[in-house]
Amino acid sequence: MFHSFGPILMQLVLAIGFAGAIVALTAIIGPKKINPVKMDSYECGVDPFADARGAFHVKFFLVAVLFILFDVEAIFVIPWAGSFLAFKKAGLGLFIYLEMAFFMAILLAGYYYILKKGALKWE
Amino acid sequence: MTQFIYMFIFAVIYLLSIAVAAGFLTVVERRIAGRMQSRIGPNRVGPQGIVQWIADAVKALQKEDIIPTDAHSFLFKIAPYLVFMGVFLTLVPIPFGAYTLMENLDTGIFYVLAMASFVVIGVMMGGWASNNKWSLLGGMRSAAQMISYEVPAALAVFVVVVMAGTLNFQKIVFSQGASPVDWYVFRNPFAFIAFNIFFIAALAEGNRVPFDIPEAESELVSGYNTEYSGMRFLFFFLAEWGNLVVIGALVSTLFFGGWNFWFEYTLEFSVPGRYPIRFEVLGFLWFLFKVSIFVFIIIWIRWTLPRLRIDQLMDICWKYMVPIGLFASIGILLWMYFVPEKSLADTIMRYSMTSFGGLTILYFFYRVFQNLRVTKAKIYANPFV
Amino acid sequence: MTSATREKELKPRVEITQISGTEIEVNMGPHHPSTHGVIRFILFIDGEIVVRAVPDVGYLHRSIEKIAESMPYSFFMPYTDRVDYVAAINCNLGYALAIEAMGGLEVPERATWLRMIGVELNRIMSHLVGVGALPLDLGAFTPFVHALREREHMMDLLEILTGTRMNNNYIRFGGVCQDVDDEFLKKLEKYLDHFVLFLEEYDRLIGTNKIFIERLKNVGIVSGEKALSYSFSGPNLRASGIGLDLRKVDPYCFYNDMKFDVPVGKGIKGTVGDSFDRYIVRIEEMAECEKILRQILSKIKEGPIQSKVPKKLVLPAGEAYHHTESARGELGYHIISDGKSASPYRIKIRTGSFASMTSLAEIFKGMMVADVIAYFASLDIVAPEVDR
Repeated sequence: MFHSFGPILMQLVLAIGFAGAIVALTAIIGPKKINPVKMDSYECGVDPFADARGAFHVKFFLVAVLFILFDVEAIFVIPWAGSFLAFKKAGLGLFIYLEMAFFMAILLAGYYYILKKGALKWE
Repeated sequence: MTQFIYMFIFAVIYLLSIAVAAGFLTVVERRIAGRMQSRIGPNRVGPQGIVQWIADAVKALQKEDIIPTDAHSFLFKIAPYLVFMGVFLTLVPIPFGAYTLMENLDTGIFYVLAMASFVVIGVMMGGWASNNKWSLLGGMRSAAQMISYEVPAALAVFVVVVMAGTLNFQKIVFSQGASPVDWYVFRNPFAFIAFNIFFIAALAEGNRVPFDIPEAESELVSGYNTEYSGMRFLFFFLAEWGNLVVIGALVSTLFFGGWNFWFEYTLEFSVPGRYPIRFEVLGFLWFLFKVSIFVFIIIWIRWTLPRLRIDQLMDICWKYMVPIGLFASIGILLWMYFVPEKSLADTIMRYSMTSFGGLTILYFFYRVFQNLRVTKAKIYANPFV
Repeated sequence: MTSATREKELKPRVEITQISGTEIEVNMGPHHPSTHGVIRFILFIDGEIVVRAVPDVGYLHRSIEKIAESMPYSFFMPYTDRVDYVAAINCNLGYALAIEAMGGLEVPERATWLRMIGVELNRIMSHLVGVGALPLDLGAFTPFVHALREREHMMDLLEILTGTRMNNNYIRFGGVCQDVDDEFLKKLEKYLDHFVLFLEEYDRLIGTNKIFIERLKNVGIVSGEKALSYSFSGPNLRASGIGLDLRKVDPYCFYNDMKFDVPVGKGIKGTVGDSFDRYIVRIEEMAECEKILRQILSKIKEGPIQSKVPKKLVLPAGEAYHHTESARGELGYHIISDGKSASPYRIKIRTGSFASMTSLAEIFKGMMVADVIAYFASLDIVAPEVDR
């Protein structure tokens, strides 16, 4: 396990270390002149009003849900695709192919449903 | 222990070369943009301005680290790391040459798809933590956009995986060849469709024009990174340009034969405590050449096209690219099932697709010269003004 | 500045009502990349849709009209440059014509031709900024630079003609400030040959771009009727299908003798009066300007450029309104003189941009945030012309 993911862990630590070191450096050598106006958030030239972290439109959430549906399915079919050729060589091609066709049909039915339901309309 | 030290050295080299590549690309992009806009671009710092990025980095380093009082301090601070990490770690399993890769992961494609999501989280975290309405809108848009385009990207990758029968990048490269007829993109029409889908989806996931609505500077000021300044901003920036390399490398690896070259020339260094380090030069350069072509195309698109509106963007994804992607994935299954490799149909299809690709490029140049004739414009071919 | 005074100064001048649900309230401008200066809107958005918009003007108010009351008539000429700095000579001309009409001043023939050269060149320059900034606001940076490159060439020409590149202050009562030699006319003609090609190239580059068309067509539709009710004028009105051009309808200078068409919006990509029409009308108008310039070049003759004008100009008591076709619509100067002093009693400037601003609140409703930008950019509003 470590053999395979060790370098990635190393990269991860290095990347964060590199970024952290540079930010630390800028914190040391950069100026620190704080005043309340500078620390305001940008509101196109007027004083910030109202909190930005309010409720947000459900549309974006809907897209996220659709994504989870489709991406999980896509993630599911990719390992299948990886072994498609192997199964075909073993003579099980038709079986595994029909399995996937069935799965794809369900996926398409779901897609057709959300399309008809208007979940992808931006009104 | 020696193993560990070598690993560390390689990791450092890897990190630095990608950081340098991303920095260098900023200059390249500005030069290309300059040429497209009848101006010169940065050419003062170093010969032809090639070390401009160092000057920029040093300048950013001296900037104050501003965290707005209203911002969620912790999330605001770690968001740039996540974005940087996402882009940087994506490159780990991608082979740059026969021996030049960080780690030959068997789950390579999964790993890349997973790491790409770090960017979404980082961008959204930054947008939300800033407590600025423009940032929040940018973060929301980017989340909606990037995750949507992961679906067609995954479908396009599916096509390649069916053809290669593996998730391992190195094996995908091995199963292609040096000449264009062996590239996956020209194997059959479905792979060609998949390439187009993947390239567009990758542009969208990298927030590049025409899909740069999360940072749309004319609408959302600067989108999710409005509140960022100095070095933290630079990490978003670096990630964006690092992403160019990622997109170019992924497209070249998956569809354009990777580092496969007709000849090879391998350098060998013997080092203590380890089997010798090998470096295959020609393939590496060939791969870099392919990557730079795609990077150039992405930059070119960026300085040519306006950006889409969010509903158009979502429509393109869900109403065109996802169905077309599904069509391509069903098509490739049929193709792989009924047309065995190296059969007559396969060979004919390869050669006709390749000539189709070649003709497309020729037609493009024909159009360019026709337009030049009509507008009586002159070409200033020398890039070093 | 203490925080109390600061609060007072920066307090939004528009009453903000409490909002609920998923609506958020964002403040666009005065410091926003796409508000073309310092115009401000307050947008109430739900997701990406604008529920309500409140435009707010006045951030660039320099009380030019009031300043006019404290100085002789001729001293006000440089201030008219600043009414619309993108089309300064147009503003000069409107003022000069109003004063000349009131004072009954003569203008030599050559001076009128020179004025027309300046005005038409300036109109092209202004439209170039308009059609350049539109793709810029849609996210394409390159066309903007291309448009500005051509504008730069024209500025060079204007520099020969007027002595300055911007804020030309070129026109005097009863003439213009300086003459040009034939070399300039040759240069201008040569440049026009180039400009025709550029315009064609630009339109093919931008106007045939699929994304550009998709972003503009059927966005911000202003029907002819609506446009009149908003008192639109100039290219924005013509894009709505009403071919009203003051150069045709109420000719001044020598526009009577000029042969040119008035382009109107035909809705070639969508509906009449959409944002794409406003783009294409400006492109076509530049081609018309080019035609006019060529006609001027064939007709211009040698002669004096300045008539005799009294040092201390006192206009007879009364009032007059004179309008000209500026690059952004009807530019009218309403001047009241008390007949005694050498400065006006009151000057009111009517500008096209301000009229265009009136449509925003209504048109923005129900639009997406990106369309707000597209519509606003297609109106080609220049902030100083709104506030004056």
